[in-house]
Amino acid sequence: MEKTEFLHKSNTRAFQESIADLFRDNVRGSAMRRALMGYLFIAPTVVSLLVFTILPIIASFGLSFFEWNVIEKARFVGLDNYIKLTHDTRVLRSFLTTAQIVILSVLLQIVVALLLALGVQSIKQRVLRYFFRTIFFIPILTSAASISIVLAYMFDQDFGVINYYLTHIGLPRIPWLNSPHWAMVAVIITYVWQQLGFMFIILTGGISSIPPEVLEAADVDGAHGWKKLVHIQIPMLSPTLLFAAVVGVIGALQIFEIPFVLTNGGPGDATRTVVMIIYESAFQNLQIGYGSAIAFILFVVILSLTAIQFILSRYWVFYQ
Amino acid sequence: MFIRTVYKLQKLRWNLSYTMLILILLIASIIVISPIAYALATSLRIPSESFTLPPRWIPIPPDFSNYEAVFSTVPLGHYVVNSMFITLSIVVAQVATSALAGYAFARLNFPAKNLLFWLILATMMIPQQATIIPVFVEISKIGLADTRSALILPAVATAFGTFLMRQYFMRIPNEFEEAALIDGASHWRIFWSIYLPMVRPGLTVLAILSFNGYWNEFLRPLVFLKSIDKFTLPLGLVNLQGYMGTGSISVVLAGVIISLLPVLIIYILGQRYLVEGIMLGGLKA
Repeated sequence: MEKTEFLHKSNTRAFQESIADLFRDNVRGSAMRRALMGYLFIAPTVVSLLVFTILPIIASFGLSFFEWNVIEKARFVGLDNYIKLTHDTRVLRSFLTTAQIVILSVLLQIVVALLLALGVQSIKQRVLRYFFRTIFFIPILTSAASISIVLAYMFDQDFGVINYYLTHIGLPRIPWLNSPHWAMVAVIITYVWQQLGFMFIILTGGISSIPPEVLEAADVDGAHGWKKLVHIQIPMLSPTLLFAAVVGVIGALQIFEIPFVLTNGGPGDATRTVVMIIYESAFQNLQIGYGSAIAFILFVVILSLTAIQFILSRYWVFYQ
Repeated sequence: MFIRTVYKLQKLRWNLSYTMLILILLIASIIVISPIAYALATSLRIPSESFTLPPRWIPIPPDFSNYEAVFSTVPLGHYVVNSMFITLSIVVAQVATSALAGYAFARLNFPAKNLLFWLILATMMIPQQATIIPVFVEISKIGLADTRSALILPAVATAFGTFLMRQYFMRIPNEFEEAALIDGASHWRIFWSIYLPMVRPGLTVLAILSFNGYWNEFLRPLVFLKSIDKFTLPLGLVNLQGYMGTGSISVVLAGVIISLLPVLIIYILGQRYLVEGIMLGGLKA
């Protein structure tokens, strides 16, 4: 409805009649109809989230006190599942492995994405800037599972392209997927590659929101290059960096596809992550209760991080 | 004269570092794009050339037999159809439920509105991995295990989408609604023919993010689907790589390229919206 049209209509007879209608309308009835309308509109979302998110997270907590293999009847075991997992070296190791992936990959993602974003932002030609942006963005469009297939071929010790080029510049062949240490490196490289574009976009947004006057003032005062980066750009980016870090950590805690396809958690358990353990215990070993206990711990960790982000973003970060 | 030389020297130095910067970014681009380039190049070579080193990065003439094989010898065509059906169903459902709920939270008044809104927002903190076991139990109990609906039904609503659409609906000034009410339009008509067309950018952002996320989804299909003919594309490709081994890497890679096409096309058509969506914090990794 255009405004001019409305103004034009206000002079018509129909308009005067509808005003009269409005006054005749029972105000209470109209409010009730409005409320009913509201409930109808939110019903699909509320019901669906209740059934498929809220109920399941409560059930996940509940199930963690049971021993259940789907076939037999569930048996209440109290805290047994939680006690068991504190002695389960595979579970403990998966938490350590995941923590390692989280810390290294998020650090790497942010540093590389920041450098790339700063570099692209200082490019003068628009076409070139657009080109780089597009290239760095494309990896997030890919599915982690199918790109891991591609990288598994590329990382192959004997036939892989990566080792081919490494030997070409005089480096030894690296047992990417066959050594526990290098498998971890391969998983982290793949994950960083896939998530880089996401960080790149977030940091580019942060950089372009720094007022140009601030940077000009820094130039006038003789702060160039690294000095400008460390003392002006990074502090001014701190809200963006914090956001990127927390979102990155929460995402990396849930890493599954890449180690599942690339290394299948191996060699041994070297790259077995928490979500892989949840998947294996619940859906392969049919230990529903045990899997739920591990899943619930993961949920608590992610929830705490979200809370920390919320608190930190209020007190810690530099705003201009 | 001297000052001019210094100026020229400085300009030269600056030009040099600028060229260096572009060079470094070019090398970074090559590294970033190499897995996709490798998949594309290998998928366009005859299978026996899959492992020749160095790989022929530009396969001329290109060989399309792998793409034919994808649809004739392996059931990849099936996977494409399954993925499309599941993803599009989820996208349509999420856009519809989010538009309705977003409108209600932004423009209608009803008891417990804020409480319900915060409840919905809070569910954004619950990761899918933490609920997948009970959701699987639910799905099995209602007899949907190993069906495409098992993937669609639990995904019809989204807290993020509701939040996003609420933001878009709130930006629209009140006068539109008042004017329409005076004209005697019903609430449904106001929603459908006045407000909904005005939030089209928001709907597009949501549709693109949702398509991208569910098209690439892996964990839920892996858990919920058992029969090969119901597999989605990522699941089917991983399965194919598993049992075919290295024998048909070029066929598998042709599948990978096919799986990339829809998201690439959407990216080219709607990258403005995709970037906007990411800035609003909503890409499912």
